[in-house]
Amino acid sequence: MNSDKILKRVLFFSSLVIILIAAAMVFSLFKGSLPSISKFGWRFLISDQWDPTQGSENYGALLFIVGTILTSVLALVIAIPLAFCTSLFVAEYFRGTKLASIVGTLVDLLAGIPSIIYGLWGFYILCPLVVEAGLSPQGFGVFTSALILAIMIVPYATSLSNTTIAMVPNDLKEAAYALGATRLEVIRTVILPNARSGMTASYILAFGRAIGETLAVTMLIGNENAIPHGLFSTGNTMASVIANQFGEASGLQLSALIELALLLFVITTIINAIGKYIIKKMG
Amino acid sequence: MDNIINIGKTAGLLSSIGYRKAKNNIFKILVMVFSFLTISMVFLIIGTLLVKGYKQINLAFFTQVAPDTFTAMMATANGEVIPGGIVNGILGSIYLVLIASVIAIPTGMVIGVYLSENSKKKYACLIRDIADVMQGVPSIVIGIIAYIWVVVPLTKGYSVLAGGVALAIMMLPLIVRSTEESLKMVPDTLKEAAIALGTPYYKVIWRVLIPTSFSGLISGILLAVSRVLGETAPLMLTTLGNPDVNWNVAKPGSAVPLLIWQFYNDPNMVNLIWSSTIFLMGFVLILNLISKWIGAKRK
Repeated sequence: MNSDKILKRVLFFSSLVIILIAAAMVFSLFKGSLPSISKFGWRFLISDQWDPTQGSENYGALLFIVGTILTSVLALVIAIPLAFCTSLFVAEYFRGTKLASIVGTLVDLLAGIPSIIYGLWGFYILCPLVVEAGLSPQGFGVFTSALILAIMIVPYATSLSNTTIAMVPNDLKEAAYALGATRLEVIRTVILPNARSGMTASYILAFGRAIGETLAVTMLIGNENAIPHGLFSTGNTMASVIANQFGEASGLQLSALIELALLLFVITTIINAIGKYIIKKMG
Repeated sequence: MDNIINIGKTAGLLSSIGYRKAKNNIFKILVMVFSFLTISMVFLIIGTLLVKGYKQINLAFFTQVAPDTFTAMMATANGEVIPGGIVNGILGSIYLVLIASVIAIPTGMVIGVYLSENSKKKYACLIRDIADVMQGVPSIVIGIIAYIWVVVPLTKGYSVLAGGVALAIMMLPLIVRSTEESLKMVPDTLKEAAIALGTPYYKVIWRVLIPTSFSGLISGILLAVSRVLGETAPLMLTTLGNPDVNWNVAKPGSAVPLLIWQFYNDPNMVNLIWSSTIFLMGFVLILNLISKWIGAKRK
């Protein structure tokens, strides 16, 4: 056999590695959560009990699912106007200028800041501000976490939006300008309809990021096992409860936490798949 | 005709020009305000770290291990700078990233080469999708995976190896995708010229593809390293932390983000938080900027 063939084989077999890793990840998570799945079944998803007391152990994920969705949706709602405006700034208003590239680099740097630093900043700077504003007595909670999450996901929401906005054909924009449209009207009637799917995809991917974000949220949400009853109440998310309890967990509790991780894995994978599907359809 | 009027209405073209211009200007101001709000966060965060942490940065910070709670408490009570540093974290972080790189970079690059060489195949699309899915998996889930794969069966306890494996799983898809993207930029003519001269396939890859896309590969690797360097959540479930410098892969080790987490949970150590974050942040940002700079130079 000549070297070309050997090399092609080696390349092919190495590509199997990534499939194996992904499959083994799903398998390990599933195997780890089996005790919890067989004990609680579907009840795990709809029960809001999380009781690690020995003897009366009972685990349900509902309150963490609600906490996760609440913080992530709120984060997305805050992040979209920021990301939308930044994208327009970089890819439309100041397209190609030095200023745009500086702003673009700074937004990318936001993605580089480690989660724990966001958490610290939220804890030491944002929480006191929230308390001072009289919004909540201790400063932690859903709103504070969502605010920090929003800043963390802005770079994910802008990067793809920038490309799709910049890809809108100039002819179309020029045609609209020639008809006497103002810039805002061009953005509304030409850029948005053309870039809509790309922007939607980038917001979906950013949402996926927000769901899995762990440490910053753990430091800011207050870690209370209760369904949040308002914007400023404390709560817990799936990722934060894993971070908080995994170290001391064993037996059934460990299995329940692994099932939470499996759930997190499935949810983020579905969200990412939807985002990628929209991108693929765009061509 | 109706249609045109409708389009005109939705575009606002039928309103007075003064009103439309005003709306246009207001929107532009809005865009600028929100954009500056976004980027101001970078300065706010870095500024906070610098203002709060510069006092603790001295030589000992880079050469000594973290102090125990009591020493820190005494120092704070006397109004002194907390003695000691984070050398166990610095060396631990470097060690972890090194282990992760040794596992992830060669594997990821080979898979990336495969993808760029067979980019049109259905199978390659599948691999690409899997890499993208892995990129989106939350870091805490990766931590649990490394716990199940390494901590429980291999090292029978928290270990540096488990942390390295967790970071490697996070790096792998990043390396795969960045390798593929930079190899794609190599013009086909270069490759064809080499093949026409009778060069064996492995030499085409080794002597043509990799050297011409070298800066892209390096920039991708640096970006991947900077991404995993600040990861804390997966390390909490795998390497745990260690008050001393540890080179044994089967024993718990420390890392800068783990130390920050530990300082955060210990009221006596609070003053060390900010200097450690300056260090982590500086390291990550410099890697980020170098990677960007290399990437920009290629274009």
